[in-house]
Amino acid sequence: MADYTPHQFDVLVIGAGGAGLRAAIEAAALGAKTAIVMKSLLGKAHTVMAEGGAAAAMRNADPRDSWQTHFRDTMKGGKLLNQWRMAQLHAQEAPDRIWELEEWGAVFDRTTDGLIMQRNFGGHTYPRLAHVGDRTGLEIIRTLQDKLIHMPVDVFMETTVTHLFKTGDTIGGALTYRREDGSFQLFNAKAVILATGGIGKSFKITSNSWEYSGDGQALAWSVGADLMDMEFLQFHPTGMVWPLSVRGTLITEGVRGEGGVLRNSTGERFMFSYIPEAFKNDVASTEQEANQWVQEVIAGKQATVRRPPELLTRDVVARAINSEVRAGRGSPHGGVFLDIATRRTADEIKRKLPSMYHQFKKLANVDITKEPMEVGPTCHYAMGGVRVDGETEMSSVKGLFAAGEVAAGLHGANRLGGNSLSDLLVFGRRAGAGAADYVKQASAVKADASAVDRALAENLACFERKGGENPYAVHRELQEMMQTYVGIIRTDADLRHALAELDKFEPRVKQLSVTGSRAYNPGWHLAMDLRSMLTCSRALTLAALERCESRGGHTRSDFPDYDKEWAKVNQVVKNENGVMKLERVVRPPIPDELKQLVEEA
Amino acid sequence: MGNIVQMKVYRGDKSGGSLRDYSLEIDEGMVVLDVVHKIQAEHSPDLACRWNCKAGKCGSCSAEINGKPSLMCMTRMDSLPQDRPITVEPIRTFPMIRDLVTDVSWNYEVNKRIPAFTPKPKNPDGTWRMYQYEADRVQEFRKCIECYLCQNTCHVLRNHDKHDEFFGPRFMVRLAMLEMHPLDAADRLKLVKEAAGVGFCNITKCCTEVCPEEIHITDNAIIPLKERVADEFYDPIRRLFRVFAGK
Repeated sequence: MADYTPHQFDVLVIGAGGAGLRAAIEAAALGAKTAIVMKSLLGKAHTVMAEGGAAAAMRNADPRDSWQTHFRDTMKGGKLLNQWRMAQLHAQEAPDRIWELEEWGAVFDRTTDGLIMQRNFGGHTYPRLAHVGDRTGLEIIRTLQDKLIHMPVDVFMETTVTHLFKTGDTIGGALTYRREDGSFQLFNAKAVILATGGIGKSFKITSNSWEYSGDGQALAWSVGADLMDMEFLQFHPTGMVWPLSVRGTLITEGVRGEGGVLRNSTGERFMFSYIPEAFKNDVASTEQEANQWVQEVIAGKQATVRRPPELLTRDVVARAINSEVRAGRGSPHGGVFLDIATRRTADEIKRKLPSMYHQFKKLANVDITKEPMEVGPTCHYAMGGVRVDGETEMSSVKGLFAAGEVAAGLHGANRLGGNSLSDLLVFGRRAGAGAADYVKQASAVKADASAVDRALAENLACFERKGGENPYAVHRELQEMMQTYVGIIRTDADLRHALAELDKFEPRVKQLSVTGSRAYNPGWHLAMDLRSMLTCSRALTLAALERCESRGGHTRSDFPDYDKEWAKVNQVVKNENGVMKLERVVRPPIPDELKQLVEEA
Repeated sequence: MGNIVQMKVYRGDKSGGSLRDYSLEIDEGMVVLDVVHKIQAEHSPDLACRWNCKAGKCGSCSAEINGKPSLMCMTRMDSLPQDRPITVEPIRTFPMIRDLVTDVSWNYEVNKRIPAFTPKPKNPDGTWRMYQYEADRVQEFRKCIECYLCQNTCHVLRNHDKHDEFFGPRFMVRLAMLEMHPLDAADRLKLVKEAAGVGFCNITKCCTEVCPEEIHITDNAIIPLKERVADEFYDPIRRLFRVFAGK
C-alpha cells in the first residue's frame, strides 16, 4: 500500500479563500494548533475573483442604514428561507469584520470625509458594500493572507483533501495529496473546518474556477453530515457571452450599481417589465425616476427616489435576461446589452471599474467606456451546502465545521450580491472560534488504518486501470448535461432525465483511466474532483425535483409560483448507508421582533 | 473560425525537458490558456499548468509566451503572429516542478520576512480617516496579483541569482505599499536597505514592462524607496543631526 506522512493538529482548515483564512486566523489566535490546506497557492482562491464589495451596515454612505435593514434585505432576498439566526448574526457582525480588515491593513475606497466608502448593489436598500474599485475580493484575500503568515498556522499549499474519516460519530482526520509530487498525507485533527467554496464546475457556463468541484459538500456528506437547500443555485445575471472561450466570466454587479443599464436588441431598457409584485414599492416605476436616483447617488447625496430595476435581486434579473433572449430580443451572441458607456464618463468608469475595463479590453477587444457589453446568466453561487449550527458552524457530525459558500443557511433561496464576502468573514471567524472551543474538550482521534488504505487504493486505481475514459471528456459531458437539464429553468421531465444520466455517470467516474506520473498531474486531479462533482450534482438534482415551486435561485416552469407549504421547511439531503434521502425540516420559529422586521418587508 | 495553429509547449521536470509540438484547431477569441486546456483535454491530460480565475485576477497562469513573460489567460491568440509556432514555456527564474509549473515558494518565504502592517492608534471618535487621494497611492500597489512575472524578469534574480540578498520587485511593491500606507506606524527602511537589498535594483524597468496590472513598479515603488533610504542613511545633514541628537 502507498505510504503517507502523518500530521497531528487540533484544527485542520480545508480551503484558503476568505472563509478558510479567517477561520484559521481565529482558531490559531485562540490557541488551537492549526493547519490550513488548499488546492492552489496561497492567495489564489476563488475569493480573489469577487469584485463588487462586502455588505455591512456601517452607515458611512447613508446613515439611514442599520443591521435591521440589512437583516430584512437578506431575508427578503432569500425569500424567507434563510436561517434567521445566521441572517441576524451576519447583519450585526459584518461591520466589525470590515473594520477589523482595516486594522489589518486593507485599503478600501473612501468617502469624502475619510471613512470606508460603500456602494449600491442589487437587493440592498442603501449603499452598503465596502469596496475597492472592482477588486474587493483581492483586497480581502491579500489582507487575510498577510495576517495569516504572521500567525502560528502551518500552511500546506497545493494540497487536496480526497477523503475524510470518522471515528464513531466524531470527525477523525483527512487524507490529502500534494500536487507537487503526488505524495499522500494523513491529517489527524480533532476538528475539521470545511471552507472549500462552491460547486459551479459541474456546469458549462460558470464564473467559478476549477477548484469549485464541491469537495467540501461531498466530503461532508460522505461522513454523514447533512446537506441543505441544495436546489438553490444562483445564476449571476451578467457573465461575458463573447468571445466563447471566456463565456461565463463574471461582470460585477457593480456595473449596475454605478448606473449601468440593461437593454435588448431593440434598445429597450427592459427591466421595467420584470418587476415582481413583492418589489413593486422598492423600485422606480419610470426611467426618469431611475435616472434621478443614479444622479443623486453619483453626486454623493442620499437618494430621495426609488432605485433602478436593474438593481433587483439576481434571480429576477437573470430570469428577465433569459426571457428576453428566448423572445428573440437578444444580442448577436445570445445575451443582452449592459451599457455603462452612455451613463458615466470614461474617467469614472476607469476609476470605479478598472478591472472590468481591463478585462473587456484584453479578452473581448471591447472598450466599455465607448461600447456596451454583451452579457448573459452564468452559474455563480451555491446557496445550499453543509447544514450547520448558526452560532458555531458545526455540522451534524461532531467536530466537523463549515463556513462560507460550502455552508448553507445564511442566504436561503437566493443570495444578495455583497453578502458573500461578509458571510465568509463573519462565519469564517465563528467557525474558527467554534472549532477552537470544541477542541478544548475533544480527545485526540486517529483515523482508522483500514479506511485510510481503502482511500489510498481508490485514489490510485485510475493509474492501473487500462481502457477507462479520459476524465476531461467525462467532465465536459457532465457540464453539458447539468447545464441543459438542471440549469436556470427546470422541469420535472428534465430533472428526471438528469437523474437517469447521473446514474450512467456513476460507473464512468469509477472507471476513469489516467496516464503519466503522480507528480503534478491535472488529469489525475480531475479524476478525483469528478467524484465530488457527481455527488453534488445528484444532491442538487434530487432536491430540485422534489421542490415543486419556484423560489429564488430555483425556477420550475411547471410550478411557476411560490408554494406556502414549501416556505415552512428547508430541504435536507441525508446520507443513509451511502444513499441520498431527502427530508423536509420544519424551520425554527423566528422571534417576534425579527418577525416584525420581515413582515415590514 | 477554425484555423490550425502550431504550438511548442515545454514538457519536462527537474531532470530536464524540451519543447513538444502540438498542432490544433482554434476558435475565434481564444487565449493561450484555452489552447493549453485543449491540449490537456485532447492530447496530453497530464500537461501540468496552474490556473484559477481565467480573468487576469489571480496571477496563477504565468508563463513565457514567445519568450515574453505573460499571463496565459490574458494573451489572445490573435495578438500573436500566426505564421510561426507559438512557444509556451514556464517562468524560468524559479525551480522547475513539471511542464509549465515552477516552484515559487521562495516568494512566500520572502513575504514572511516583512513585518506586518502595524496600525496607528485610532482617532478619538473610534475611526481611522484616510482620504481617497491617500488611498490611491497605495491602492496601485495593492492591485498586485502575485503572478511573479516581475520576479521572473528581474535580472538581479534571473541572471545574478541574488535570491539571498534581494527581495525582488514584487516585495519592493509590498514594502512601498506599507511605507506609504497612511495608517501604518512601523518603520521598515532598515529592512528595505539591508535584508531586502533595494540597492541591487539598477532601474532597468524590466519588471514594470511585464506587470499585467500595469503597476509602475520602478517609478512609483522602487525609486521612492531608494530615495527614502538615501535620505535616511546617506543624507549628510540628517547624519549630522543624528550625531547631535544621540541617535
